[in-house]
Amino acid sequence: MPLPLSIFILVSVIKSAIVLGVLLTAVAYTVWLERKVVGHMQNRWGPTRVGPFGLLQPAADGIKFLFKEDLTPPHVYKPLFIAAPMMALIFALTSISVIPFGNSFTFGPFSVPQFLPFHYEMPFHWGGAVIGPYSIPFQITDVNIGLLMILGVTSMGVYGVALAGWSSNNKYSLLGGLRASAQMVSYEIALGLSLVGVLIQSGSFSLRAIVDAQGGHFWGFIPRWNIFHWQFIGFFIYLMAAYAETNRIPFDLPEAETELVAGYHTEYSAMKFAMFFMAEYTNMITVGCVATLLFFGGWHGPLFGPPLVQALLPVFWFAAKIFCFLFLYIWVRGTLPRFRYDQLMSFGWKFLLPLAIANLVATAIFVAW
Amino acid sequence: MTPVATPFFFYLFAAIMLIGGILVITRKNPVHSALALIVALLAQASIYLMLYAPFVAGVQIILYAGGIMVLFLFVIMLVSIERSMKERQFNSQWVAGTVAAVALGGLFIAVYAKAEKIFPHHAIRITPDELLNTQGVASMLYGQYMFAFEIASLLLLVAIIGAVVMAKKRI
Repeated sequence: MPLPLSIFILVSVIKSAIVLGVLLTAVAYTVWLERKVVGHMQNRWGPTRVGPFGLLQPAADGIKFLFKEDLTPPHVYKPLFIAAPMMALIFALTSISVIPFGNSFTFGPFSVPQFLPFHYEMPFHWGGAVIGPYSIPFQITDVNIGLLMILGVTSMGVYGVALAGWSSNNKYSLLGGLRASAQMVSYEIALGLSLVGVLIQSGSFSLRAIVDAQGGHFWGFIPRWNIFHWQFIGFFIYLMAAYAETNRIPFDLPEAETELVAGYHTEYSAMKFAMFFMAEYTNMITVGCVATLLFFGGWHGPLFGPPLVQALLPVFWFAAKIFCFLFLYIWVRGTLPRFRYDQLMSFGWKFLLPLAIANLVATAIFVAW
Repeated sequence: MTPVATPFFFYLFAAIMLIGGILVITRKNPVHSALALIVALLAQASIYLMLYAPFVAGVQIILYAGGIMVLFLFVIMLVSIERSMKERQFNSQWVAGTVAAVALGGLFIAVYAKAEKIFPHHAIRITPDELLNTQGVASMLYGQYMFAFEIASLLLLVAIIGAVVMAKKRI
């Protein structure tokens, strides 16, 4: 039974609020995780003072960001200087809206109690009608070009960084912004092409359809995820391009502190800086979501227990896979040094791009066979 | 879901597009022009979405708004804005530009007036099935319009080779 319009809007608003809340909490605790894990890798403790295991550190950081002085240097171009961090964060948060994180949740049918004065379909109708069953997908909105939408929104995210660099009117910021835009445009091509192999195999742009195509097992025990289904090269291209897209080590040239002070956010302080920070970590989570959906079978995993547990386990598996991906990110950060800029460009254009095209051609031949 | 308030959204996006387009040619600061062009391109993508062409809308955002405009901005960011702001704006081709604009406008009005004859009703096929949009675009490109598509790709190849030849000091 499809939802009536008013309930549809209400459900969408509630879903958006929950997803944004969870996402921003996850962003805060990814920062905590990163500080903790990198600390342990470098034989330090990481945050320990605020709360048990430093668990309240994100809250302390947030309060600090809110109360710090928000400096706007006199030489900046003000409208864009203020708009740039907003653009970065808005585009980063928007892409979560099409990501499915589980199957659907069914409730009803149930009858409206007699004492309710009306129900929404027939106002002023005195209760007693049977409504439902309604099925609500674990996703804010299911668009059939979900993957294109994510790629488009992340490609818009580069404007936040580029405009921040330009509007700061500072040579280090400008160089950081230029590096960021060149790097993101270059690696976007390899990133997009690495995903085409998966698209050919599943025959759809819809993220839900791509995940559904990955159910089941090979020989009864290996899950039929795309990474085990000939797309491991595609996954590694995606992984490397995703590091470059999110400006993380070993590709964090736009904010290389030994050369560029802090790159494009040199002039930013307080909450404006925090917005860039949040955008970066949100992008990490989005990239992890896409990797999980496309290569690691999304929310597929062993199901057991009572019906309510069975309904929520897929969401748990999805979150667990993203956690592994984020841990890998932090692990790489704690391990690898930074590339030189010419190495970055030649790696992207001369190695990743040809490899992605070869993977695409091989997949096409394999599917057409 | 069935579409809601279609005329409202059409006029909204069309107005955003027109205002963006006018701002592109009237702003002195090239960064402002580029931003206005991005807004116009995004509004155009929204209109594609309303025409049940989600694939074209996605490609419009990824290629134009997210790719080409970044390169535009990339070049503009290296230009000294202060100097170009002080320079007098001039356009020595305004006669030719006016003639071209009037001709194009006349053509649009002519097409709009004779729309029934040029586009008969049976030629307009709107498939509300958005799921088949991507496949539909692909089968059109690789079937009916294969020749034009290949010519376009050849032109692009020539342009790429030209760019490499011009950029490299020594081949």
